Amino acid sequence: MAKPKFLVVGGGLAGLMTVIKLAEEGHHVDVFSVVPVKRSHSVCAQGGINGAVNTKGEGDSPDIHFYDTVKGGDFLAHQAFCKDMCYKAPAVIYLMDRMGVTFNRTPEGLLDFRRFGGTLYNRTAFAGATTGQQLLYALDEQVRRYEAAGLVKKYENLEYLGMVKDEQGQCRGIVTVNLDSLEIQSFRGDAVVLATGGPGLVFGRSTNSMINTGSAASSAYQQGVKYANGEFVQIHPTAIPGYDKLRLMSESARGEGGRIWVPKKKGDERELRQIPEEDRWYFLEEKYPRFGNLVPRDIAAQEIYDVCVNKGMGIGGGHMVCLDLTHIPREELNRKLGGIMEIYEKFVGDDPRDIPMKIFPAVHYSMGGLWVDYEKTPDGLLDPQSPRNHMTNIPGLYAVGEVDYQYHGANRLGANSLLSCLTGGLVCGPAMAEYAAGMNGSAEDSSSRLFEEEEKKWQERFEALKDMKGDENPFKLHQELGEMMIRNCTIVRNNKDLQETVDALDDFTARWKNCDSLDAGKARNQSVLFINHLWNMIELAKVVAKGALMRDECRGSHLKPDFKLEQPKDQESPEYQEYLKTWHEQNDKWLKTTIAEWSEKGPQISYEPVDTSLIEPVPRRYD
Amino acid sequence: MAKKVEVRIKRQKDNQAEPYWEEFHVDYQPNMNVITLLQEIQRNPVTVQGEKTTPVAWDCSCLEEICGACTMVINGQVQQSCSALVDNLEQPIVLEPMRKFPIVRDLLVDRTRMFEALKKVKAWIPIDGTYDLGAGPKQSQTNQQEMYLYSRCMTCGCCVDACPQYTPDNSFVGPAALGQVFLFNQNPTGKFNKEERLAAIMGDGGIQECGNAQNCVRVCPKEIPLTTGIAKLNGATLSQALKNLLKK
Ligand SMILES: Cc1cc2nc3c(=O)[nH]c(=O)nc-3n(C[C@H](O)[C@H](O)[C@H](O)COP(=O)(O)OP(=O)(O)OC[C@H]3O[C@@H](n4cnc5c(N)ncnc54)[C@H](O)[C@@H]3O)c2cc1C
Ligand code: SF4
Ligand code: SF4
Repeated sequence: MAKPKFLVVGGGLAGLMTVIKLAEEGHHVDVFSVVPVKRSHSVCAQGGINGAVNTKGEGDSPDIHFYDTVKGGDFLAHQAFCKDMCYKAPAVIYLMDRMGVTFNRTPEGLLDFRRFGGTLYNRTAFAGATTGQQLLYALDEQVRRYEAAGLVKKYENLEYLGMVKDEQGQCRGIVTVNLDSLEIQSFRGDAVVLATGGPGLVFGRSTNSMINTGSAASSAYQQGVKYANGEFVQIHPTAIPGYDKLRLMSESARGEGGRIWVPKKKGDERELRQIPEEDRWYFLEEKYPRFGNLVPRDIAAQEIYDVCVNKGMGIGGGHMVCLDLTHIPREELNRKLGGIMEIYEKFVGDDPRDIPMKIFPAVHYSMGGLWVDYEKTPDGLLDPQSPRNHMTNIPGLYAVGEVDYQYHGANRLGANSLLSCLTGGLVCGPAMAEYAAGMNGSAEDSSSRLFEEEEKKWQERFEALKDMKGDENPFKLHQELGEMMIRNCTIVRNNKDLQETVDALDDFTARWKNCDSLDAGKARNQSVLFINHLWNMIELAKVVAKGALMRDECRGSHLKPDFKLEQPKDQESPEYQEYLKTWHEQNDKWLKTTIAEWSEKGPQISYEPVDTSLIEPVPRRYD
Repeated sequence: MAKKVEVRIKRQKDNQAEPYWEEFHVDYQPNMNVITLLQEIQRNPVTVQGEKTTPVAWDCSCLEEICGACTMVINGQVQQSCSALVDNLEQPIVLEPMRKFPIVRDLLVDRTRMFEALKKVKAWIPIDGTYDLGAGPKQSQTNQQEMYLYSRCMTCGCCVDACPQYTPDNSFVGPAALGQVFLFNQNPTGKFNKEERLAAIMGDGGIQECGNAQNCVRVCPKEIPLTTGIAKLNGATLSQALKNLLKK
């Protein structure tokens, strides 16, 4: 048999780690990306990466990390994946250190760790406040080394459009479009992985990069891949509002001691610095004495929303609260948070070392994504020999990184995503190799007709897109889509608005058909490429809205006040017993993975059980 | 009437075409940046003369000056368009593509040469494998802080655009790649392959091309002390050359 060929779509942390695992075993890998992989969205990650290395004498361990992660995700995460991730974490951090990541150090020269949300331990390794950039660069360098050695070939201006399936429904390759020339080209691969990141752009403005359209995942979904937990979208509590994007102020700001507050007096007009300590309301510290400003993101975002929108207590009556670092020495801020200090200074114009920052929650991360399979060992870890790990329901097609769904449940803990991308890659690469070794017949032998047909289909599609001459400007239509999604599908949700959104999305599809291509050229026709993305974004928006509409409960990031169970404070009280009973009933009904399958009429939703064999679900508490 | 921002953009249909200029008036919004201007033009691609045109092609991704994609020449100054705030710019705001790279279209250029340079200088650490091999070497805080300055290079190209010695038709690897050689030669493990990297910058297109004009360090948005690194590398290559001579 010919040597197997592997296609990796996406060169963020998850994609590149997968490439390295394959190349290290001597396999040839083709990598596809819409930007030079060094510019992938992973560069944006600021705060850090978790691993229970336990260097501060706190007694931290992978088991505690595992528990924090599962509890943080409101028990919706798949426990084998989570456990595997937390157990691999310390070694992954060491590996990245060996690759040359400039992690911050302790005086003795060891790796330094800081606090992050949803845990009481110093578990987060960091490189200033540009950890994602440093991690991505390290992998980019290793991949360049394999590229120089001839094992890896990068296509950094080819966009994945869809997969090529054979008669048996196996994935045999992909179809791409050349961003510079709109040329359509197919590639054969024995195993293919999508590592294409998150879909933030479905919400118009978010903390995400402009390339995070979720287009590749949406296309896979439209070709029959199951999309899981789409309604679970993380809203990060602290971002700077902006016209073009909502820039993140990392959770590490609070990890290093940053405090959230608003003036106690509604509409207090004094300059923030003039407001004395006793006139400030540190609402998170007050309500959650144990976790304080470091409650998980779902809770922090919901509380900030409540303070600003329901209580009208935001700064100057607006939708803004303070994130205050001014009590921390400048030198320390520069050394540990320099990257985000600069962002705030450059984009807002104030120095956050002197003036409290003004922030508000923003769409940040998708816990949901493409459904993937796994096999576990008797200790509840992932079986390292299994080709099923990270494989979607289409044989031969894998998914890894933010585009997958199983690690973070209903709410991701900060600094766990860089980790799941890396450990996911460590698992996914070998699984693909196993699959290719065991498959019958190689992609090389499958009929060229399959590939020609798919190419032709996409060529026709792009010709049609170029010819669109309607009245809708696609970029404006996208702006409108985003505004609606932010209004109805973010922190607080209700069924009336969700039903309206589901209906409106059908109108968006109709309006999409009336787009103006704006540009009929071939060279870097960004308009036509965008119109294709926009179609995919509308299809994904439907998954988010429908999943949210149907899930009548509150879990993690999914807050529906109409179905909220108020938790009595006193656990000994009869009311608490009453509450527990209803909680169990609700939980039995809803502790399930939402599965969306594409159909012409919109997403078809069903539910799958979640494996909770290692940690038993309980009501979450952080106070 | 809403305040308008005047923008002049140098455009080019494709790699072969002749450049031409177009002017736009865009509604002002407080705190807006050049990216917002270009996005508004996408939403309403009509010139000052009222003529419908195509949206302007440009490169961008993260919009927070960390991916390095959106570099262009703004009012004559090479910089990222995301962090270029309209309030700080004189009008009309003039946008041009970077000057040292092949133009793909409008403001979008092909910076492959910079990534190739990273290959040439072997900007990586040859690790034994991804297996669990325990912790890396200890490092002092001082060394980490110095390396961190260089490890933030986002291959944006400002430095090479400003460097008089980096021309479209020569083979100079440029200040960014030299900065990376300094970085990897400073790393406790990277040091083991120091000579290989020095050798890579001692030939044609290497460090001797640098005329010490200091332009690079002035335009680097990440304030990377490129010329300090280059000066130290100069010393290292000299003593390497001497060693090579003695070995003969
Ligand atoms: C501002 C910010 C800060 C963050 N900070 C942290 C943090 O401190 N800690 C943490 O753990 N997590 C953090 N996160 C989350 C984390 O950064 C991301 O979840 C993670 O980097 C995703 O990596 P990835 O490899 O899955 O995808 P990405 O890095 O998004 O890469 C996707 C890749 O796919 C390619 N691609 C996409 N579509 C296509 C297509 N159609 N064809 C070809 N290629 C395609 C892209 O070019 C890119 O190479 C942060 C996120 C944001 C937005
Ligand atoms: S110092 Fe050297 S590399 Fe920097 S701009 Fe001058 S000539 Fe170019
Ligand atoms: S050294 Fe500075 S200017 Fe040059 S590419 Fe790197 S970040 Fe950009």
